[in-house]
Amino acid sequence: MAARLLAPADPAGSAAGLVVSARHVTKRFGAAVALDDVSVDIAPGSIHALVGENGAGKSTLGKVIAGAVVPDDAELVVDGEPVTYRSPRDAIRRGVAIIDQELALVPTMSVLDNVFLGAERGRRGLLDRGIQRRTFTDLATRIGFTEAASTPAGALRVADQQKVEIMRALVRDARLIVMDEPTAALTRPEADRLLALTRELRDQGATILYVSHILPDVLALCDTVTVLKDGRHVKTVPADGETTDSLVTAMLGRSLELTFPSRTPPPADAPVLLSVRGLTREPAFRDVSFEIRAGEIVGLAGLVGSGRSEIARAIFGADPCTGTVEMAGRPVRSRSPKGRIRHSIAMMPESRKDQGLVMIRPVSENVSIVHLGEVCVASVVSPRAERRMVGDAIERVDVRAASRTMPMWALSGGNQQKVALAKWLARTPRLLIADEPTRGIDVGAKRAIYEMLHGLAGEGLGVLLISSELEEVIALAHRVLVVRDGRIVAEMDGEEATEDTVMRAVFGGSTP
Amino acid sequence: MTAALQDTRGRLHARLLFLRDYAIVGAVVVLFVVLSLTSDVFLTRTNLLNITAQVVPTAIVAFAYTWLIICGEFDLSAGAVFVLTGIVATNLYDDIGTYPALLVGILVATAYGAVNGFLVAYVRINSFVCTLATSIIAYGITLAISQGRLLTITDSGFATIGRGSFAGLRYSIWIMILCGAMVAFTLSRTKLGRWVYAVGGNPEAARLSGINTRAVKLLSFVVVGLAAGVGGAILASRTSVGQPGNGIETVFGAFSAVVVGGTSIGGGRGAIWRTVFGVFFLAMITNGFNLLGVSIYYQQIIQGVIILFAVAVDALSRSDR
Repeated sequence: MAARLLAPADPAGSAAGLVVSARHVTKRFGAAVALDDVSVDIAPGSIHALVGENGAGKSTLGKVIAGAVVPDDAELVVDGEPVTYRSPRDAIRRGVAIIDQELALVPTMSVLDNVFLGAERGRRGLLDRGIQRRTFTDLATRIGFTEAASTPAGALRVADQQKVEIMRALVRDARLIVMDEPTAALTRPEADRLLALTRELRDQGATILYVSHILPDVLALCDTVTVLKDGRHVKTVPADGETTDSLVTAMLGRSLELTFPSRTPPPADAPVLLSVRGLTREPAFRDVSFEIRAGEIVGLAGLVGSGRSEIARAIFGADPCTGTVEMAGRPVRSRSPKGRIRHSIAMMPESRKDQGLVMIRPVSENVSIVHLGEVCVASVVSPRAERRMVGDAIERVDVRAASRTMPMWALSGGNQQKVALAKWLARTPRLLIADEPTRGIDVGAKRAIYEMLHGLAGEGLGVLLISSELEEVIALAHRVLVVRDGRIVAEMDGEEATEDTVMRAVFGGSTP
Repeated sequence: MTAALQDTRGRLHARLLFLRDYAIVGAVVVLFVVLSLTSDVFLTRTNLLNITAQVVPTAIVAFAYTWLIICGEFDLSAGAVFVLTGIVATNLYDDIGTYPALLVGILVATAYGAVNGFLVAYVRINSFVCTLATSIIAYGITLAISQGRLLTITDSGFATIGRGSFAGLRYSIWIMILCGAMVAFTLSRTKLGRWVYAVGGNPEAARLSGINTRAVKLLSFVVVGLAAGVGGAILASRTSVGQPGNGIETVFGAFSAVVVGGTSIGGGRGAIWRTVFGVFFLAMITNGFNLLGVSIYYQQIIQGVIILFAVAVDALSRSDR
């Protein structure tokens, strides 16, 4: 039965998990190093976990092994044979499939069609519906999928969609399945069933590469654990000898090369600038209340998906929410970014490419766009006034662009990020929300951004800082709020907040 | 990927960008010279003025299209609205007089643009589908008013806008120049123009920069409605006929001029000077083929190929980002 499920193409029934070895994997995204010479061997028929902080490179490594990300450098060996993947298709042909965090189903197509998409059974372009249906029924019984084959995939709950993805992998004869944060969107009972299913797949001979930040799950499920930190390999050990604490400790440790400006706390009598009460936007976050004082940098720490970016967007009016927002004691009623900007709130959004900048327009237009009214006479832009405003703003953030008429995409990531900040500085805001302000930029630019945030706080701005790089939050913020599952679960001042305490709060472990 | 390969691709990309930006200028110059040399008639005052007078209605719609396409949207209904304006005006002029009739026609067209804009920006219907539907509705209204007949006008006053002239140029040409100048100025020099580019280039970034993106989109559709009205009024005046139809040639002609000029159909990039070149390039091809006696059928084929070429260059130059 098991053999039939896993290897319909292998009549001998000798289905075995793949022996995969990934050596010297290096991957850069722009100037940022996601993986730096990482080597991992995955034993056949085992569940192998990849763990680490946000941005440690665990998802990237999973994707490299599944052919979904092309590494800059790597030696991949599958079943003793060196391979180079050009696309996920190549990996599937080798028996490697990935179940991504973002499920890749076609929502309008039926479950059955999704399962066989790209692996249709039939001859000469004609589908053999009978064989497909029989194969599907077998699979569905095996993994406990109870919904009808004709249901549109988009109508299923996430847990069932995941099962569809698993069936999809099995139909392709996958012998190594990479699961990237598979339980992130599941309820606890659903997650437990998925873990049980994963174990069954392993017992039937499949190899599973399990990427997750839920450490108790990892410990309960996996045979081997690899810990990554800042794109580097820390250790690969049997899961038996590990505890949540030992894994967290392995993820800690200061990265190299980074230095931070020294932290000067705001004066004790600094007035409250932003006051947020009962902010709720289901299902992203609920009942969020906190304050930021003038000159204070408040860090919002949490895992990706914990609700931290959503909280920031709601404060900026980018998404609707309930609850109240006050600026300097005055209620902010307007619900749009436009209205919030009038209240001197500014936001550098999470993704500068998708949300912050108009990549095909020149630097100057991107800088002047927010406060264009200031350089207009009767709605006509005064080129001289605009040049002056753009020049001043760009000088403040030290953008080294060859020309202000260059399109944004031609700039380095660091300079792009500086422009994304400069656009808010043409008229100094009172509150700056900086969501991942240093993502994907080089060390020099990071340092420059830190100093600017620090300088702005020194001028009396309130700053709400969100970052996946914990050490960044800890080094810059005067106060750290920890967000888990859409709630603020801990608040620590600059002294209490260490990587250790914050990380334990972020992962929901015990505080020592 | 090896560095050498990346380098080659980079150079190819740069060449594509150059082609997208300046191919149209070269093409117009070459075509002008070739036609001047091969045809005795082409380079005469009468012929050149004729070409210009003929492109007026299409050019006015094309200017507004440039705006809308930069804003990241499209309006298929402009052609049907264009026709509707002529029908409304020719139907009303007997009762309320020439200028009020033309004005009502233009107002109807503008209102039509506002409805399109509302449906796309606020109800969030895909602009292509939305304006396909409203285009059919406009065509239906046209047929209902005209009962499918030509509405012919005998009053010579009605023809003034289309045929009268000032300083050696027809009024209609002056109107076209004025429209072009206004749109060009708005796009390149005003706050609204910046917003249009930003909304078309990245709507989310525009919204998070405090721009009311829906209002900008709505207004862009109003501009297209207005332009279709003005263009339709001029055509009706020139021909003294209200001719029912779906106006799809106007849509094709104006759209072709915009993309051949090099305005990106992806939004966020383009300019009126490009569309001016695009309009004259296509008009010269038609004119030249007529002068050289090439069949109208081949003209269509060649026009289609040129548009494909223009769109392909745009798509390829984008693909690396």
